[in-house]
Amino acid sequence: MLDYGLFRYTSKEEVLEKSIRYWNPGKTRFWQETGVDLVMGRREGYIIHDIDGRRLIDLHINGGTYNLGHRNAELIATLTTALEYFDIGNHWFPSVARTALAEALVNCSPGMSYAVFAPGGAEAADIAIKSARYATKRRKIVSIIKGYHGHAGLSVATGDDRFTKIFLSDRPDEFIQVPFNDLAAMEAALKGRDIAAVILETIPATYGFPMPAPGYLQGVRDLCTKYGTLYIADEVQTGFMRCGQMWGWQVFGVQPDLFIAAKGLSGGLYPIAVCMLGERAGGWLHEDGAAHISTTGGGEVGCFVAMRVLEILQRPETRANTRAVSEFFAEGFADLIRRHPDVVVGLRQMGTVMGVEFDHPEGAVAASRALYETGVWAIFSSLDKRVLQFKPGVLMSRALCEEVIERFDAAIPRLRALIAEMKG
Amino acid sequence: MDGGKPFLTFAQNPLDGVMERARWAAGAFAELDRATTLRIARAVAEAGHSRAQADAEAAVRETGFGVVAHKRLKNELCSRGVFDTYAGQDFVGPLAEPDRRIVKLARPAGVILALTPSTNPIATLNFKAVLAMLTRNAVVFSPHPLAKGCSIAAAEALAEAARKAGAPDGAIQVLREPTIPLVEAAMSDARVDLVLATGGPAVVQAAYRSGHPAYGVGPGNAPAYVHESADPVAAAKRLVDSKSFDNSILCTNESVVLADRVLADRLLEALRQAGAHVCSEAEADRLRALLWNAEGGFNVTGALGKDAAVIARAAGITVPPSTRILVVPFAKVQPEEPFAREKLAPVLGFARVDGPGEAGRAARAMMRHAGTGHSAGFHGRDEAALMAFARAAPALRVAVNVPLSQGAAGFGTNLGPTMTIGTGFAGGSALGENLRPDHLVNWVQIAQAADAEPARFDHISPWRAEPLLPAEAPISYSQGNPPGGPVGGKRAPVPGVDLPFGGSAVTARGPAAQDDMAALRAEIRALVLEELRAALQTA
Ligand SMILES: Cc1ncc(COP(=O)(O)O)c(C=O)c1O
Repeated sequence: MLDYGLFRYTSKEEVLEKSIRYWNPGKTRFWQETGVDLVMGRREGYIIHDIDGRRLIDLHINGGTYNLGHRNAELIATLTTALEYFDIGNHWFPSVARTALAEALVNCSPGMSYAVFAPGGAEAADIAIKSARYATKRRKIVSIIKGYHGHAGLSVATGDDRFTKIFLSDRPDEFIQVPFNDLAAMEAALKGRDIAAVILETIPATYGFPMPAPGYLQGVRDLCTKYGTLYIADEVQTGFMRCGQMWGWQVFGVQPDLFIAAKGLSGGLYPIAVCMLGERAGGWLHEDGAAHISTTGGGEVGCFVAMRVLEILQRPETRANTRAVSEFFAEGFADLIRRHPDVVVGLRQMGTVMGVEFDHPEGAVAASRALYETGVWAIFSSLDKRVLQFKPGVLMSRALCEEVIERFDAAIPRLRALIAEMKG
Repeated sequence: MDGGKPFLTFAQNPLDGVMERARWAAGAFAELDRATTLRIARAVAEAGHSRAQADAEAAVRETGFGVVAHKRLKNELCSRGVFDTYAGQDFVGPLAEPDRRIVKLARPAGVILALTPSTNPIATLNFKAVLAMLTRNAVVFSPHPLAKGCSIAAAEALAEAARKAGAPDGAIQVLREPTIPLVEAAMSDARVDLVLATGGPAVVQAAYRSGHPAYGVGPGNAPAYVHESADPVAAAKRLVDSKSFDNSILCTNESVVLADRVLADRLLEALRQAGAHVCSEAEADRLRALLWNAEGGFNVTGALGKDAAVIARAAGITVPPSTRILVVPFAKVQPEEPFAREKLAPVLGFARVDGPGEAGRAARAMMRHAGTGHSAGFHGRDEAALMAFARAAPALRVAVNVPLSQGAAGFGTNLGPTMTIGTGFAGGSALGENLRPDHLVNWVQIAQAADAEPARFDHISPWRAEPLLPAEAPISYSQGNPPGGPVGGKRAPVPGVDLPFGGSAVTARGPAAQDDMAALRAEIRALVLEELRAALQTA
């Protein structure tokens, strides 16, 4: 009996059956068919448990949502304390919590002047696009083929066909896509001087973290400057120290005009996202501050959690741990690749943002499954199933990192067999 | 109105980051070879040595305990001195013992939590840091709150030296806000492998209760037996030198002189000549009232580690300003006599005994209260008397014809130079010797059959010269598998892109908020200090 007080199930089968019936038949079935029968139960740090009790190390961390671990004790304490006095608040009025968080964010985001809050990353991307349109009085947006910025009205239009066509939400006339790492294509798109913004994940996550070629991001920045286009950095997965500095764009030395962050800002506890605006992109806040409204965007208790998230991230120890984790896996994968060159063929890495490459177009799907069976949860890249997203949290301990590599090693024979099957 | 004091108090656990960082450091450190290890240890020792004077001044300024010149000397001895003592020994391996068909590989303890006291804050810190570096351990310092400022500054300097010499990141760290609950939490933190406790009995007890292996040291209370075979003038000089050294702040200082009756008067005269003031009974009463409160607690703020003349003045005793120590004769060497207890101040008890038998009994009587397993001194030439006294006195080191403060701590004797004195089983400690580097490592013993051809490992080293996790390096960046073949996990620097891990300083707080935080911290600090003083006084 699975008893959660407000509701109960007799078994995992019942959960799955009702999940198909009432929640999402497609998604629920997909995972059963993929061999990943996870229903998350207890969770702590970087460990999640299936409701049946099976333990998994979480290397998916939902793109950085659990960057500081699941149910981080300091964050829980912060949220609990904040709840003694605060709630979501009223978005119409100035608020102590929202103002404090906005100040904290501006202080750790060179070149930015304002923080506009949202309940999620997709809405933050919409705010970014709207802000750029306001500032430039242009309508068109350029994004990267296989880029991903969420599924709200405007953000979804920047993304893959798979997510737009089904809802008749593609807008090819306003949303143009160019290949990643191709400056010539970018210039061709911008030189008509009718593009409001380029929106770019600093390292495209859902595409499997292909690394920007040396000079590419700066090249895009320069083109934007040249053609009067704003540069929107999507830091939803690359922010929060995951690349080794607070924001990924800092690591690559490029200055965006505005950028968005989400996931990790929530501490995994209370949804919050942000669009950071430079002076120019923030112009509309002066003309009509209520032009964009979100009742739950910047909920006050969430602001407290986010303040603590920023504080933890800026501790020297966190910085050190981030680097330790990245160095450890750099070395660990170099070794894995040496020993299993027929299976694991490459590692794309910037700090704790990693993509593991396999020698098969669907290799990462098999890897997700083999790892899942061996006690590790890491998700393949939806838009490049050759690459496994490998995203250790910045606070991961040495012991757990060692365990990950050991388990990865132990999963190789199974993975090899699965790939052989697929090659058929 | 919202305001005034913060009406919400947010819990924080600053241990997490520190301990995790230490674990990474320990893991990387344990793989380093001996040459690199020695380079790191030497750099740390030299850093401590070069700061000796400034650190001594800072410690005296902050705590009010001791004498700058003497602290400087201890800081030097506990840095370069300790390094030189052990640099020739191998705490890394492999060490082959062909005759025994055994080869040994050092396995460091891992993460050491090192508590340092207010009395010898920097000497202890230098000592433990050098020992930890020699043995490839990561060390997290927990300084006594009364000596927090100077200890943090010194620990940071040592950490910087270690970092520059190629130590793994986080090999030396320090807890910045060492409140009592935090220190307790640190002691029982699962990521700690070994606790090195130097401090009061409460701290040592807590270390042993922590559930981790621990080396704690009990309090001292050393008898110094002056046998009739001694030269009273030489003995008096050593006693005064020792008692005045850093104003008796070392736990190895003499507490009570046990003088053979036949030379007692000559010894008292010699003590006077050497700079002691011998108190009258009335003066002794006034001094007793100054040094101990009604509950028997020692006067930490007014007397601990203070100059003899300062203490005398406070007790209303007129002495020349050159007075180096105060000597207090008393009749009964029993624990109920406060002067028979430990005095971390230049105040020396003085009692008359009839030969080694009574000296041994007196030693046991005074050490029953405190000091069991610690130190004792002997002055004289009679070996039989020395043996009888050493057998009877419940000390684990008996230093002969030397100033005990230094001698029992291994300075001027061949006991290991130390700031951590093991008081042994009788003193409630797992350690019966002066703490040495070899106490901080285990050895993997590779054992062949006793009649096997001895394996030769001389040409194999399992260690590396560069840490996996150097303190300074760009963060890992790799471009994966470009067309044309896998590059594996090999890291490619990004041309033209600066990738410092650190990068520009980021801060989440504005200047105003920082001021508020500073004020709040100052308030907390004052509270903690008050609490601590009270605790020390009633201990
Ligand atoms: C890079 C990137 N941008 C934006 C989003 C959208 O965030 P949300 O799901 O919070 O709307 C995601 C979510 O996966 C993302 O990975």
